[in-house]
This record gives sequence, C-alpha cells and structure tokens, in this order.
Amino acid sequence: MISKHRVVTGVILDEQTELTVSDLCRSCSVRREKIMALVEEGILTPATQKPDDAYTFSGSSVKRAKRALKLQRELELDLSGVAVALELLEEIERLRSALRLYEETRGLLRE
Amino acid sequence: MQYKDYYKTLGVDQDATQDQIKQAYRRLARKYHPDVSKEKDAEEQFKAVGEAYEVLKDPEKRAAYDQLGNQWQAGQEFHPPPNWDAGFEFSGDDASVFSDFFESLFGRARRPSSGFAAHGRDHHAKVMIDLEDAYTGATRQISLNVPYVDETGHVRTRERTLNVRIPKGVQQGQQVRLSGQGDPGVGQGKAGDLYLEIEFRPHALYRAKGRDVYLDLPVAPWELALGAQVRVPTPAGKVEMSIPASSQSGSKLRLAGKGIPGKTSGDLYVILQCVVPPAKTDQERQIYEDMEREMAFNPRQRLNV
Repeated sequence: MISKHRVVTGVILDEQTELTVSDLCRSCSVRREKIMALVEEGILTPATQKPDDAYTFSGSSVKRAKRALKLQRELELDLSGVAVALELLEEIERLRSALRLYEETRGLLRE
Repeated sequence: MQYKDYYKTLGVDQDATQDQIKQAYRRLARKYHPDVSKEKDAEEQFKAVGEAYEVLKDPEKRAAYDQLGNQWQAGQEFHPPPNWDAGFEFSGDDASVFSDFFESLFGRARRPSSGFAAHGRDHHAKVMIDLEDAYTGATRQISLNVPYVDETGHVRTRERTLNVRIPKGVQQGQQVRLSGQGDPGVGQGKAGDLYLEIEFRPHALYRAKGRDVYLDLPVAPWELALGAQVRVPTPAGKVEMSIPASSQSGSKLRLAGKGIPGKTSGDLYVILQCVVPPAKTDQERQIYEDMEREMAFNPRQRLNV
C-alpha cells in the first residue's frame, strides 16, 4: 500500500560501490583507527589501494564492519575473536542457504 | 513504568563484584546475541541484558540504582523518588534506546546542551521482496520508530512512515542505503542513514544465489534424449531454450544474462529434471517394454552390477 508520502530512492551497497575509510567511519560512527584495525586484522579487505595509501572498500564492507564492531562491543571480544566469529557466522550462513537450495530441490523432485 | 531488577536480569547477587557482573554479562550476551543466538526472543533478552549491564558496570550508575533500595520487585509499578539522583553525575552514552525505566533514571544525561552536535542514529530494517522485484525495482512502505527528546528531557519514540524505492539489481542479503533517512542530527550534526537489508521471499520456481538464479525445469525423457525446443519461464518473462540431444537429468544449462540485472548481470541456470511418464494404459506399457527390449541399456553400469 503506497500512500501520499514521497518516495525516496535507495542506493545498493554492492561490489560496484566505492567507499572510502571516511565513509566507513561515518557509517559505523567510529574513528579512523577502528576501521584501520579491522583492515589490519584482515576483517575488512580493501577493494583497491591507491598510491597515497587511501583504501577503497566495496559496499558490502559496511555490513561486515558494523557486524564486527557490534560483536566486539557487545560480546567484549578482541579483534581476533571477532574475526573467528565472523568467519564461522558466514560459513553458517553459506551452509544454511546451500541447505535451503538442496531442500527446495528435493521438494520439487518429490512432487 | 515498571521497576526493573537489573541484578536478577544478569543473575547476580546485589553484592556481586564488578568482575562477577562482567562475567555474567559476557555469558548472557553470548547466549542471546542476535547474530549468534538460536534462542527464542533472543533480541529482547539481549536488550534487557545490555541495559542491566549498562547500569551495573558503571559504579556511579550502579550506586544510584542501589540507592533506590531493594524493596522493589521486578515488574512493580515504579516512579523515581524526587531528586533521587542528587549527587550523581552520569556521562552520556551511545544512543541505544533503553526502557522507560532506564530513561527515567539515566536518560537526562542525553539532553543536548547548546553548541552540541552529533550525527543522528542510523536505522536498520529488513525488507522482504520477491525475486521479480530485483529485476524491476520495487517500492515499499517502511515504518520506523524514531526517538526524540521531549520537553522533560526523556527519550520518546514516534512512528515515521516513508516510501522507499529499492533499485533493480539488488541481491539477497545486500544492503540498500538511504542517506539522511535515519534519525535527525543533534545541533549541526547530520542526519543518520537508513539501511535496508534485502531478503527474498521463498519463490515457488526460482532460487537465487548471489546474482545468479536457478530454475528446475521438468522435462520428458525424449526431450533429454532427442533434444528439444522448450519454453522456459524467467523472472523477466518467458524465453525459448533448446535442450541439446543426449542431455541427462540434472544437467545444467545457462541462460547468460538472464539472472539478476546489473552492471554485470547474473545468469539463469536451468537444471533439467527428468519426469518419467507413468505407464497407465496397455499401449503405454508396451512402449516401455519395447524400449527395455530394444535399447540394451544398463543404468547401473557404473556400479558394476
């Protein structure tokens, strides 16, 4: 149901999106050092590294950075703990979606 | 407003040490963290635990809370006594929204003083769309609870509705950002953003994986054996596709660029699923019997049986 409210258009944060460290700082409300610490720990991988050391990141980095910082803050984890937790969470997500694909295929074959 | 027993929430005694409180929090936070937890109402539990820890980890807040006395029961109707917090100084903390109980006790610290500027809080919401919407774009109405500070300095929320255009080409799990559509900034601070996490509703025909889309296509045995020209549904409309002769059930055919559109469009993978016609009549049974006799085919050759 669409009412009289005006329509605002969103921007997809995908691999085409180029974000700077400042963009990530602003999206995550943290200082530069926090983002750089995520890069050093290998939690964020820059898409490009310009000659003047200015990194750019893809759009999916916002979600990953926010999730990492949230885990760090709320579970009081250190960054290597965050990195392990993130990898395991993402592996679980991959397996869940693979399982869903598999179960849906089997469902179709049974019909 | 109901009284909250923060000690009970964390499962610690009133005389627990700061270390015990920290341990209890960490254990419960891991148990209920929405990213990790499988528990029912994990999110709510996690918020309650976070609020309790916010108070009890801070000696000033804890002392003020303790001063309320222990004659209160969790859930009991509560009004803070007048000037109950005299002599305590609370520092403002991050902008998460806690319960009315918390706000009535500690919320005052957030009242913006003049010249103070802060970015508005970002909002996050999940949005369910159909796979077809990813091909065309979609408009969705989103309701947000936006907190604001009332005349008395308490944080309240009001509902805000906006229509959001989700661009085409979005993939499952991706985020869409709406700049400036979060909470208003304080003072000269900029407004926060609204982030929408896109989730596809399960589809009767298609499954999406990244930008690629999968379709199981039922086919007859002769279509596999002899090859055929068939019509195939896609989220963007029907297309013609040829099945090469000597195909097997389970083989995957690629319709390039028919996946989710984008700078690099995804592909549509058609998985051939052989459907065997039942032999109901004598004539149909005869056909299968002829095949059995004429074709000398052992489907289990690879199994050496």
